[in-house]
Amino acid sequence: MHKLTVPISDEEIRSLHVGDTVHLNGVIMTGRDAAHKFMIEHFIRGEVQPEDAALHEELKELLDGGVIYHCGPVVKTHEDGSYSFVAAGPTTSIREEPYQGDVIKHFNLKGVIGKGGMGDNTLKVCQEQPAVYFHAIGGAASLIAKAVKEVIKVNKLEFGVPEAMWVIRVEDFPVVVTMDSHGESIHKQVEAQSQAKFAELIG
Amino acid sequence: MNDFNQQDLSEIFVELIRRAATQLPGDMVNALNKARDREDEGSAAKGAFNTILLNVEMARENSTPICQDTGTPIFEISYPLGVSTRKLADQIRTAAAIATERNYLRPNAVDSLTGENSGNNTGEDFPTMHFHEWDEPYIHVDVLLKGGGCENVSTQYKLPDARLKGGRDLEGVRRVVLDAVQQAQGKGCAPAVLGVAIGGDRGASYIKSKQQLFRKLEDRNENEELAALEDRLYEETNELGIGPMGFGGKTSVLGVKIGSLHRLPASYFVSVAYMCWANRRASMDISLNDEGVEVQYA
Repeated sequence: MHKLTVPISDEEIRSLHVGDTVHLNGVIMTGRDAAHKFMIEHFIRGEVQPEDAALHEELKELLDGGVIYHCGPVVKTHEDGSYSFVAAGPTTSIREEPYQGDVIKHFNLKGVIGKGGMGDNTLKVCQEQPAVYFHAIGGAASLIAKAVKEVIKVNKLEFGVPEAMWVIRVEDFPVVVTMDSHGESIHKQVEAQSQAKFAELIG
Repeated sequence: MNDFNQQDLSEIFVELIRRAATQLPGDMVNALNKARDREDEGSAAKGAFNTILLNVEMARENSTPICQDTGTPIFEISYPLGVSTRKLADQIRTAAAIATERNYLRPNAVDSLTGENSGNNTGEDFPTMHFHEWDEPYIHVDVLLKGGGCENVSTQYKLPDARLKGGRDLEGVRRVVLDAVQQAQGKGCAPAVLGVAIGGDRGASYIKSKQQLFRKLEDRNENEELAALEDRLYEETNELGIGPMGFGGKTSVLGVKIGSLHRLPASYFVSVAYMCWANRRASMDISLNDEGVEVQYA
């Protein structure tokens, strides 16, 4: 079992291989469909507009060597206005495939957490960057929420609670490396094996 | 004389939603335990099942959602003659909003045109409700919380299917169900429960496939041919080796449930409702007595 703390170094990423179990620590950010679309449109393709500049700078610092978590949490708002995560499992990552590679490169991300794996472009960017894909256990929302020790802040709450960009501090967030920086993907391996069996079954 | 139409059942529906969101049914927990025991020590699959089962326990203890995607709440309501379904529907919508406020549900209803989240799980045809009048004197309610990840890999086929060499018969059904599981891989949060409907028009077929998910895993199909196909597909889908989360492993599917509908001569649809391991269903019976209402949750 590997224990990693954000920001993560290139050496640490290169030492990871598919199938490795990792406990992640440190400050990460949630981001799913609306967040990825926003980052691409406002930060990456074309010039950053003045109204977006502050957030851009904040994210550049936060995400350098950092991690984005594909997650739309259930969040409790306390009386003093602070937040805590009630349920926070991963969402399906493949929807971010058109954006992920560019977001990883732009912010120097070292990893994304999600479920279901991602496609060839992200795998290629993971090799070049280097970065990895961390698979959280889909549906394990109560358990992962316990690993979220603090909700530091939220950006773009107007996207709605699930789609907002939540900045969180995690402790021993359990994940499995399913796409590494050496070009390996558990998802491809399993799909190839099951495809062979499928072909046999339907003759 | 007591009358269902004079009762406010909102809080009773909130409790049903809470149970569905936070307590995985016993048959599902048993099946997941057995699946864990089958996996090899130290494998990613074993680790995944351990995490799943620990999470199920924590959710029940803390009364927090098993999965943060609390999905589309789908209600199937059987009611006696004379009950106002309009009132029941209003109470269910109220209950959904209260359950959201109490964090049993995530705000999950998004306006498709504006992209705005209603914030309380109500909206156009949201939650989903189907009402059925019956002869019993009490109200029976089933609810299923079906998340988006598994809904996105649910699918519908039209037989014959040239690619899969599937004709308009149970062998054709077998082929498309295997294909649906192969296509889904781990993306729908395997291991799955599969609800399958044969026939109907496209809409009825999808609804019927989801209604199969209310059947307990041990429930045996009354139709022998369908029972045999359920058993065979359970074996064969697990031979694919997709495993929990698509990590590879011995269990990809926990149950297959098949129903059928009459169809048009020209159409032969097969719908596959893929349900994640967090098969969150709950039921209750509401009856009237001298004191008011009596509820039995199951």
